[in-house]
Amino acid sequence: MSGTAAIRFEGVTKRLGGRTVLDDVSFEVPRGETFVIVGSSGSGKSVTLKHMIRLLTPDEGDVWVGDACISRADARELPALRDRFGVLFQGAALLQWLTVGDNVALPLREKTRMPAAEIDERVRARLRMLNLEDAFEKYPSDLSGGMQKRVGLARAIVLDPEIVLYDEPTSGLDPVTSRLIDDLIEDLRRKLGLTSVVVTHDLHSALAIASRIAVIHRGRIVEVSTPREFVRSKSEIVQGFLEAQYITRRGDWEGMVTP
Amino acid sequence: MIGAAFAALRHVLSHRNRHEVLFQMFVTGIKSLGVITVVAMFTGMILALQTGLELRRFGQEVNIGTAVTVVMVREMGPFMTGLVIAASVGSAIAAQLATMTVSEEIAALEVMSIDPVRFLVMPRLAALLVMMPILTIYMNVLGVVGGAIVGQTQLGVSLAAYFDNAIQYARNKDLYVGLFKALVFGVIITTVACQQGFQATEGAVGVGQATRRTVVISFLTILALGYMITRAFYA
Repeated sequence: MSGTAAIRFEGVTKRLGGRTVLDDVSFEVPRGETFVIVGSSGSGKSVTLKHMIRLLTPDEGDVWVGDACISRADARELPALRDRFGVLFQGAALLQWLTVGDNVALPLREKTRMPAAEIDERVRARLRMLNLEDAFEKYPSDLSGGMQKRVGLARAIVLDPEIVLYDEPTSGLDPVTSRLIDDLIEDLRRKLGLTSVVVTHDLHSALAIASRIAVIHRGRIVEVSTPREFVRSKSEIVQGFLEAQYITRRGDWEGMVTP
Repeated sequence: MIGAAFAALRHVLSHRNRHEVLFQMFVTGIKSLGVITVVAMFTGMILALQTGLELRRFGQEVNIGTAVTVVMVREMGPFMTGLVIAASVGSAIAAQLATMTVSEEIAALEVMSIDPVRFLVMPRLAALLVMMPILTIYMNVLGVVGGAIVGQTQLGVSLAAYFDNAIQYARNKDLYVGLFKALVFGVIITTVACQQGFQATEGAVGVGQATRRTVVISFLTILALGYMITRAFYA
């Protein structure tokens, strides 16, 4: 096993409702990398993400987190493995009856014996990092979609995880807010040295933040490449994605090239 | 699930759970008082009127005190409380948990290694276990009072005669069996509501289905178990 892989899929197959949603999927996410999984709706992106934190268990194959096999972990081992992750869910998944401050403080209150003052200080620091210090007393319903995602991100990183998973972090957001989220993902990777796995169908976002991009199509990984290799791919599936989002190759690719 | 919730009850007074348990007691108990008051008064009044009109034919209308009290304490008190709480609190629990399930809030708790049963089910179970017997006693008292009002105003039975008659024939066993039913109904409502909430799928449609199923399943189970408990203690 590679000593540097934060996450490793080994021949993972998953069937749901009689349909094969992941078919012999294998890949590695090296530590400190931003690994982006792209694919169309129903291609198996979110299912892949759910296997990383054992919200789903493979029918065949294994999922490794560092040296531990999370797909075979028992109920006692699982919490410690999940503690290595922070997850930003697609809809932020904030508890609606708690304030922003209480939402971010929840993992600290539930899982540590940290004194209240220290929790308060840590929560405010995380909110400040994400430009949300004014939202401390507000409820999620008072916030815009972009702000809710940032609160979800603050909650995801409040326990200093090694790996952060992002499920469609820019879906439903305007382009300006989407780029702000991209910047935050990159910023957190640099400042905290996080390994990030991002599931998205937003190629602009993928090209901006990815160390490597994996393309998943009908439950199979069809390509893993750097952004530069990705825009030059000969794969019809990749070219279809690029054209659908008005991204074209023009000479030496430098960032996103749009018509 | 409900076994795990009972096991988690040992943490009911711990610092991190206390606030949520008290809040759920407030929601279940205090916020239900209005509807329980109205239902209790009218249940007692209807019972008094129906039995009183029949008993009057035999000159026995003074016995409505016993009739209303026994029926309220043994059956109608826990039964009507169960139905009201299933329809109001049970449906609200199911809707909230179902919404949390379809919006991935339950998944978020699991990923944070926060046990949804300890965090969400246990406080609701504790609240219903405490509040169902209390609300049932409240329902019984107001039902008997409602019967007394109808007795005095429409059947010519004085309050003193009504309550003398009621106390004379009421037995402690009736109260204990009624409160036991209330406890059982509380467990049923929590179990059904939480189960349906956690199993919800398909967005808003799933939330609606979970809520509807909670009310229907709770009603039917309360009816069936109410009969079985009565049979076990009285037949």
